[in-house]
Amino acid sequence: MNGFSWRRLRAMVRKEFVQVSRDRLTFAMMIGVPMIQLALFGFAINSDPKHLPTAVLGAEQTEFTRSLVAAVRASGYFDIRATPASADEAFELLHRGDVQFVIAIPPDFSQRLVRGETPAVLLEADASDPAATGNAVAALSVLTSGALRHDLKGVLAPQQAAAPFEWRIHRRYNPDGITQYNIVPGLMGVILTMTMIMMTALAMTRELERGTMENLLAMPLRPAEIMIGKILPYVLVGYVQVAVTLLGGHFIFGVPMVGSLWLLLACVLVFIVANLTVGITFSSLARNQTQAMQMSFFFFLPSILLSGFMFPYRGMPVWAQWLGELLPLTHFLRLVRGILLKGYGAGEAWPHLWPLLLFIIVVMTVGLQRFRRTLD
Amino acid sequence: MSDRVIDVEGVSKSFGAKRVVDKLSLQVQRGEIFGFLGPNGSGKTTSIRMLCGLLTPDEGQGTCLGYDIRTQSAAIKSEVGYMTQRFSFYEDLSIRENLEFVASIYQLVNTREAVDAALQNLGLQDRQRQLAGALSGGWKQRMALAACLLHRPKLLLLDEPTAGVDPKARRDFWAELHRLAAEGITVLVSTHYMDEAERCTRLAYIAYGKLLVQGTPEELVAGSGLSNWTVTGNGLAELQNELAHTAAAEQVVPFGSSLHVSGTDGAALEHALQPYFARSGIRWERGDVRLEDVFIHLMRDTADAPP
Repeated sequence: MNGFSWRRLRAMVRKEFVQVSRDRLTFAMMIGVPMIQLALFGFAINSDPKHLPTAVLGAEQTEFTRSLVAAVRASGYFDIRATPASADEAFELLHRGDVQFVIAIPPDFSQRLVRGETPAVLLEADASDPAATGNAVAALSVLTSGALRHDLKGVLAPQQAAAPFEWRIHRRYNPDGITQYNIVPGLMGVILTMTMIMMTALAMTRELERGTMENLLAMPLRPAEIMIGKILPYVLVGYVQVAVTLLGGHFIFGVPMVGSLWLLLACVLVFIVANLTVGITFSSLARNQTQAMQMSFFFFLPSILLSGFMFPYRGMPVWAQWLGELLPLTHFLRLVRGILLKGYGAGEAWPHLWPLLLFIIVVMTVGLQRFRRTLD
Repeated sequence: MSDRVIDVEGVSKSFGAKRVVDKLSLQVQRGEIFGFLGPNGSGKTTSIRMLCGLLTPDEGQGTCLGYDIRTQSAAIKSEVGYMTQRFSFYEDLSIRENLEFVASIYQLVNTREAVDAALQNLGLQDRQRQLAGALSGGWKQRMALAACLLHRPKLLLLDEPTAGVDPKARRDFWAELHRLAAEGITVLVSTHYMDEAERCTRLAYIAYGKLLVQGTPEELVAGSGLSNWTVTGNGLAELQNELAHTAAAEQVVPFGSSLHVSGTDGAALEHALQPYFARSGIRWERGDVRLEDVFIHLMRDTADAPP
């Protein structure tokens, strides 16, 4: 009677299975999460990103520069997307994040090469994410001796084994390639995403689950008052989190603060609201707190993997980049890294800000409609 | 405003294909304690929610406190006190915090005074710092009532307020309701307890979303047409088994040391019981028909013919 009973164990196991299968969302999550993980990890994530957008700034068009560019392209790491006319234009591209690299070939490159003077080619890299640029830079460094082998023949052939030209590499925005410079601002977005969505999703479902929602609705409260009243405290919580991450990042890891703090705080507000609308929408879909948790997790997973937080955004295939574009975190990461490391102003922030605003409008419309329906 | 605090006509509500309330018509006068009875799932809660503007009826119309239940739900909400079936205040707030929250939602002018008065009225002063979640059923219910009364509503809608509350607390609760009714507050209360039904000034019985009867307790007893016999003595358990096959004895219910036998056809019942009257060791007596008999009778009638 008191020993271990297989029958009792079986009854317990069966009961558990029946309960799980009744909760459709949990069931879907159990099947869906591994499938999505597989798709994301398997196909989308690539910690050795290739085909990074590159601008070539070169005054002259000679067989040497053509060979050089061809060799750079052949490495597989660089996609020449632009040939800006001036240095200013080139650096503007880099600053906005349109390109990851600028290769600047000096005007007298061919001449000095022929004279055997070992000219320097400048590589400006946007090193705000060291993981995205590291391999590309390494690939470039070994490329010197072979690149011009076919062009430098006969008398032009290098006397010694020395390389005919050299690379001068500038890592912009994060010269020492410190990972924390990239991770800490990113963490701010990740932490906000996680807590804001989960908190609001839970806060509303908690009212429903505990039956207190009915009481709220029976009192002369308007839906907007309930919703805003539930959201506002979490906006404050979000700002506290931002303060903690910023101060910690600055004083412990020495993360620079190049841009305007006020602009950053304004962008944070937009991002917080974007996440809260997601949370509210989840809370109107979920029937209990467990489901709300699961939905938050379901949203959180791609946010971390596809936004460029954990793995270089440019390393992902195009379809995954499109998915990433749909996530608020992707845009926020560009904003916060841009402001902190590159010193973005309002004008440079705007291209990454409006997608967040659009996101808010779309999700809010859907969420409010769902929310109204649950009330009746 | 007329003396009809609630006046609805032909109100219906469906959830999906299920018609939960079917053409409900109800009139409640000012100062009444109106009992709302019916089996579980009969549509009592849905009806109450429609009365206080939480749900919009699919069809039918009516007024609550003179406001249209379809279009003026905001006005109704501010003058009605609704106590939900399940405790619906915040268990992680203290009694006082809960009351202060409610007072602010109703935009009471002097929150502190109103809360103090409410605590005093219901004897909650000593417990005002306790978390609502730590209270026993009786105290929770008291707190909920206090919260419902904060804004001095003209109508109280109470959805099974005494479920899971001990007899003493229930008696106190009902004494409070009668005191409120005397002050002119109208009370509509749903319940399963027969002793509570008997304390109502008027009653309605609802089953499968349909209102079957309404009237004072006396009217309902008289209108049921039931006759009742009470048997006391030995061997009642065997007697109950024997009577189970007697058609005229529609209800045979043991009640402590006696057995209550009732049926709609008095003459047929008496005739059917004739053989047992002479049995030794037991004593037969004509009994009073109780409300419970009436409701069980109604419930059985409708249970056989679901919609």
